[in-house]
Amino acid sequence: MVETSPFPADTEHVITTSKVNFFYGATQALFDITMDIPGRRVTAFIGPSGCGKSTFLRIFNRMNDTIAGTRLEGDVRINGEDIYRNGSNVVRLRRKVGMVFQKSNPFPKSIFDNVAYGPRIHGTHDKQQLAEIVEKSLIRSALWDEVKDRLESNALGLSGGQQQRLCIARALAVGPEILLMDEPASALDPKSTIRIEDLIGELRNEYTIVIVTHNMQQAARISDYTAFFYEGHLVEFNATKKIFTKPREKQTEDYITGRFG
Amino acid sequence: MSRRRSEQITYFLIRGVMYSIVLVIGYILFDIVRHGLPALNWAFISEYPRKSGSEGGILPAIVGTLSLLAGTIVVALPLGICSAIYLSEYAEQNRFTAMIRLAIITLAGVPSIVYGLFGLGLFVLFLNFGTSILSGSLTLACMVLPTIIVSSEEALRAVPRGYRDASLALGATKWETIRTNVLPYSLSGIITGSILGIGRAAGETAPILLTVAAFYLPRLPKSIFDQVMALPYHLYILATQHPEADKVLPLQYATALVLLLLVLGLSLGAIIIRIHFRKKYRW
Repeated sequence: MVETSPFPADTEHVITTSKVNFFYGATQALFDITMDIPGRRVTAFIGPSGCGKSTFLRIFNRMNDTIAGTRLEGDVRINGEDIYRNGSNVVRLRRKVGMVFQKSNPFPKSIFDNVAYGPRIHGTHDKQQLAEIVEKSLIRSALWDEVKDRLESNALGLSGGQQQRLCIARALAVGPEILLMDEPASALDPKSTIRIEDLIGELRNEYTIVIVTHNMQQAARISDYTAFFYEGHLVEFNATKKIFTKPREKQTEDYITGRFG
Repeated sequence: MSRRRSEQITYFLIRGVMYSIVLVIGYILFDIVRHGLPALNWAFISEYPRKSGSEGGILPAIVGTLSLLAGTIVVALPLGICSAIYLSEYAEQNRFTAMIRLAIITLAGVPSIVYGLFGLGLFVLFLNFGTSILSGSLTLACMVLPTIIVSSEEALRAVPRGYRDASLALGATKWETIRTNVLPYSLSGIITGSILGIGRAAGETAPILLTVAAFYLPRLPKSIFDQVMALPYHLYILATQHPEADKVLPLQYATALVLLLLVLGLSLGAIIIRIHFRKKYRW
């Protein structure tokens, strides 16, 4: 059978990886992953716990660097640039590649200071300018109307769903091109989850979004492309519609039909 | 014996132990206040001693102890906090750092007279600082460093990893992350632990005995190279070396009371700072 590319001919691949192997100490977590992730689309990573999808996600902004004893082999490029070459600027990379974590983690500071944190460390100190960035980011993350009257109050006073949207606003404020989301809704109630999903839908045309999720319905609802990981291997990567209707691999089918995982 | 019964007995035992400790401490405090208060007045804390401490006040000893404390804080706090930051944030967690930690904890248990001898050897003699505030402060600083490092490292580690991750993921450097999102949240714990350690140093006699303390010196120091009197040493002299130990008993108690109040003041300062930072960074 001839492999046909799932991507339209004019697709621009923002993240490309080639033969990526990843190790935690002596334990290999990822095996030979070669994958091209399209720009300005939503790509979902699915798979059972421990399959390596979060590890793979954290490769794109080099967050795995913060874990002692990890090692990466292979080639990871963002916009054609090898992000793991010697002398690569991690700070610049992380400005371009924002991240939202599974557990919402707003700083114990005011809502304003949370969103302004990124711009400030990158050198924006003009009050007017900061206020504009904060407002714009909060509007983009669909939180502005709820918090505009209490920007100076502590962010930890927000509800779980609001906190997560604040974390998205905080990531957007830096002006990234890529947004990595590591199970951003897994700790939220259904209503807040829907709001996050709607938000992802609104951001999809401006940002390259890669989202790790445990929830297959969520992947089906919000993503254009879906990658299925199993035990450190990329089993199948295709248009979401294909993955959920006509998976090529038996393992994928078993997983999405709930036979394991 | 029923489980309920044994539960009750355990409860009473534990409560009893707690109360007996409170009782002992309370009695010591009560005794000091009862005997010290009558001799404590403005003249006592504002005047120079006369007749080898049989009469007059203890101003030089108060000033001496305060300057030693100031010196200790200036030296030990930055050193201790920096070491703790290195150990908690930068150092690889391997056998070598585990050994360093073990060494630090062991140092915390070294008898204070050993620090005194160390200070005498290094600061007074080898570095030629003489018996001086400088030597004494440095010696006390060495003694409290382990406490400061251990409690600061604990406070730093208590900051959830999520704050560090979020900050790094936004493109902050490691130091920016520590400065803006780790240190501020752990400061209340660092300050509390450090002040408690320094408060203990205020009452130490052995380390200053060999490095700074003067037996009887009824004047104030002019520089950090001067000798000074100090409250704990003065207390020791009055209690054991004074020819008329019985006659100066009220003065001993009053000196002890002043020392206690000083340490209490330090702790109170720590509590205020703690409340301030807790309010500012609630997590």
